Amino acid sequence: MDLILEGIIQAFKLLFQGDPEVWRVTGFSLVVSFSATAISLIVGVSVGTVIGLTRFWGRRFLVSLINTGMGAPPVVVGLIVSLFLWRSGPFGIFHLMYTPYAMIIAQFIISLPIIMGFTVASIQQIDPKLRMQITALGASNLQMVRLLLTEARLPLLAAVMAGFGSIISEVGASMMVGGNILGQTRVLTTAIVLENSKGQFGMAIALGIILMILVYLVNLILTVVQQRSKVR
Amino acid sequence: MMRNTIAGNNKAPDSASALAIELKDVTVVLGGKKIIDIPAFKVNSGEALMIIGPNGSGKTTLLQSLALLVKPSTGQVIYRGEPVHDSRQILALRRRISVVFQEPLLLSGTVWDNVTLGLKLRSVEKDEIKPRVEKWLKRFGVIELAKRQARTLSGGEAKRVSLARAFALDPEVIFLDEPFTALDSPTRQKLLEDFESVLRETRVTTVMVTHEHNEALALGDRIAVIMNGSIVQMGAPQEIFTAPANEEIANFVETGNILHGTVSENSEGLATITIGQHEMDTCCELKPGNSAILLIPYDDITLMLSNPEDHTTSARNRFPGKVVKMFPTGSQMRVMVDCGFPLTALITRRSAEEMGLKEGSAVVAAVKAVSIHVISRH
Repeated sequence: MDLILEGIIQAFKLLFQGDPEVWRVTGFSLVVSFSATAISLIVGVSVGTVIGLTRFWGRRFLVSLINTGMGAPPVVVGLIVSLFLWRSGPFGIFHLMYTPYAMIIAQFIISLPIIMGFTVASIQQIDPKLRMQITALGASNLQMVRLLLTEARLPLLAAVMAGFGSIISEVGASMMVGGNILGQTRVLTTAIVLENSKGQFGMAIALGIILMILVYLVNLILTVVQQRSKVR
Repeated sequence: MMRNTIAGNNKAPDSASALAIELKDVTVVLGGKKIIDIPAFKVNSGEALMIIGPNGSGKTTLLQSLALLVKPSTGQVIYRGEPVHDSRQILALRRRISVVFQEPLLLSGTVWDNVTLGLKLRSVEKDEIKPRVEKWLKRFGVIELAKRQARTLSGGEAKRVSLARAFALDPEVIFLDEPFTALDSPTRQKLLEDFESVLRETRVTTVMVTHEHNEALALGDRIAVIMNGSIVQMGAPQEIFTAPANEEIANFVETGNILHGTVSENSEGLATITIGQHEMDTCCELKPGNSAILLIPYDDITLMLSNPEDHTTSARNRFPGKVVKMFPTGSQMRVMVDCGFPLTALITRRSAEEMGLKEGSAVVAAVKAVSIHVISRH
């Protein structure tokens, strides 16, 4: 019990004293996860919209693969990315292993199916008659996509929340492809694992609290935007 | 069945330029099933054409083919003399027409956003958008709702907004797919009146699908009847409702009694048709021995209380009978009479009261020979 209490007290000290290492790890986590989410959003929404709007051979199989990807274990993603980026792997020549780029790639692969799957579902749930009405109003294909995405903005915001939430809190892939190198690839989750294994519970708890606050804040902002959109 | 037409002109166009849209040998196959098969179909500029037909007959598919929303499996759509080919042409043509669906199908955003949307999509000048939208929101009585969220509107309000959205586009042709359904009777009636006055004012070419015969009668210059994917009759409303081309249409338009008989005599166009034990004089060209279907409009039957011999009347057919059932329909009374064969008459409620009609009353049903539409039965 003392251990936990001491850990919590130390955590608050670290938080309020503004430990530079704590804030560096926090900032780096945000940069990596925001970058991965942004790229996933661009690719996932674009491809998801095309899949949602079109009918082609093998579409169902593709959607089932995307849905499977939504539940892909981060360690498996980490393993696959490691194999590809390893010195002797297909992309070894780019020397990306144990760099932030490798972490962004891994997190992108984790969040992509989530955002793509949500996009496909949200585009499909729009009444086909509404699509016909938009066509009848004289919309070009691009105008149609823009209007449909506007109509589907609430589930799309949920997609962003789910995508960001899945990668800011994952540890397996970041550890495997980033290597948890101090000052270079250490993020909140990998730092928590390390501090925990060292018995530095105060630091681990402090980082855990920050991680929870970050996840909460990002979701709070998106929820406010989502609910405001709903009222509009 | 007197009516005023919207354009007041039932004349067929005498040149291709008077044609707004034409279908040639158009079929639409969906899921392996032929939904419509239309060898020829023409919509004249400035007319209000109503499409009626039973459920599942292909009305909506026909409308969507005309509105370039459904691509025909075979055949050609010709818009103002120009065959429609590629998707760029289709987009350009879609921007010259507008469509109102059964549901209002408003997007998220305000009423104003919705009514301006089509204009923005069609790249209408900004300065032009505001007056146009204001004009049509006012015209349909929803200007005060401009700032309201479109999805918070009542059914009637939403329909008005969808009509304003369609007319604000200043279309060359407006297509409407049962636009007044799912509304309560007073709301529907008021909207119908407003819509009718807008049509009279704009004289825009109109193609409308409806299952309400009264709407077709009130709004249409011509009516097309579609059954099982084919146009079975097309003509002036009067013609469709009083002279349906076959029994199926007569049953569908349901404006009169349908009786079956055999022509027993025909003298210079005045034919006597035997119906069971009874004979009925009609005006037709069928020859003795021909089987015939007789359509007697409900409102062309006169009911009398006393013996017909007491009255001098020009009606050639007089059948004594007994009232078996009476029920009111609006301001009128539907009276079913057993004359040895069933006849239903539509009379005013006041007449029924003054005659003291009740179930069991002895009456005489009189029908003029010229009121009976006779169809040859094959």
